[in-house]
Amino acid sequence: YVYRTSHICPVLQAEGLRQALEEMRTLYDRNQADVSEAKSGRTDLIFLIRFRHCCLLRNQRCILAYLYDRLLRIRALRWEYGSVLPNTIQFHMSAEEVEWFSRYKKSLATYMRSVGGEEGLDLTQDIKPPKSLYIEVRCLRDYGEFEIDDGTTILLKKNSQHFLPRWKCEQLIRQGVLEHILS
Amino acid sequence: GLPRLAFALGRADNFWFFSFMQGSKLEVPLWLAKGLHDSKRRIISVELPKIYKEAWRTVFSADANVVDLHKMGPYYYGFGSQLLNFDNPENPEIAQTILQTFISRFRRIMDSSQNAYNEDTSALVARLDELERALFRAGQKGLNDFQCWEKGQASQITASSLVQNYGKRKFTDVDC
Repeated sequence: YVYRTSHICPVLQAEGLRQALEEMRTLYDRNQADVSEAKSGRTDLIFLIRFRHCCLLRNQRCILAYLYDRLLRIRALRWEYGSVLPNTIQFHMSAEEVEWFSRYKKSLATYMRSVGGEEGLDLTQDIKPPKSLYIEVRCLRDYGEFEIDDGTTILLKKNSQHFLPRWKCEQLIRQGVLEHILS
Repeated sequence: GLPRLAFALGRADNFWFFSFMQGSKLEVPLWLAKGLHDSKRRIISVELPKIYKEAWRTVFSADANVVDLHKMGPYYYGFGSQLLNFDNPENPEIAQTILQTFISRFRRIMDSSQNAYNEDTSALVARLDELERALFRAGQKGLNDFQCWEKGQASQITASSLVQNYGKRKFTDVDC
């Protein structure tokens, strides 16, 4: 995955995209008309046709670069934040992007299940090499009850501190619920 | 000469009109010049920006370190490389100057990016073109990551930048 300095996904500039596409439609239509004229003798139009074609390609490059950059950010969100995106971010994404994220998630899950033996391997865990199995965490906001492997539950209240298995906490730390304290 | 041309460009509600006569001079964006350029049929010829011309090339070969490439650029290397697309007879000299400039400046950039306590850093960075700034940042990041590792913080799990940037807003998670 691509690690970018900022994984934020800003609001999709739908209006800007629409205008760019509309511009492309206009350029294309005019070129279609002029190409037939050029074929029937008006070779002086060739420069103009070429010019419009350059503009079309330019718009296409800009649009693709924009959409691709957004996809890379959305993909990075899966790794950095988790498989469930907050509402606020979802509102910034187009329906197609939400769909893409869902399919990427499934694709990744399938792959992770297929490696590392029977249980699969969660590649989104232990991004940084762990030093210990258990870590000290502080709760940054009221979260509620949290179940750990042996069936016991703990209450995550703001400012409470706990000594918990690293693999259970990783996602909550990334989501800003817990803070990893180094001793 | 070429006939009068008028075409739609830019916003749908905004029209730019150009009229071309042979020999007329225009300022156009690089991408347009590249698209119109044709080695076989000479539609356009490109004039070199002054920083790539002989006079400035001499300055660069004397001492490239003193030049403020941000002011001159800020994409001196990238743009200069793109200029080579236009079959200019001076291309070999231009390419050579760009390369030598990079070589002579790189050492100082690399050295100071590895030294967090260098007071001259911001003055140096101000005169770097964008490529050099990216290299400088990469060097700084490497230095910071190493110091983080030395302090034993490399294993610390951190909040995602999403959280850091959105602050303490409460999220309602939605499954998608």
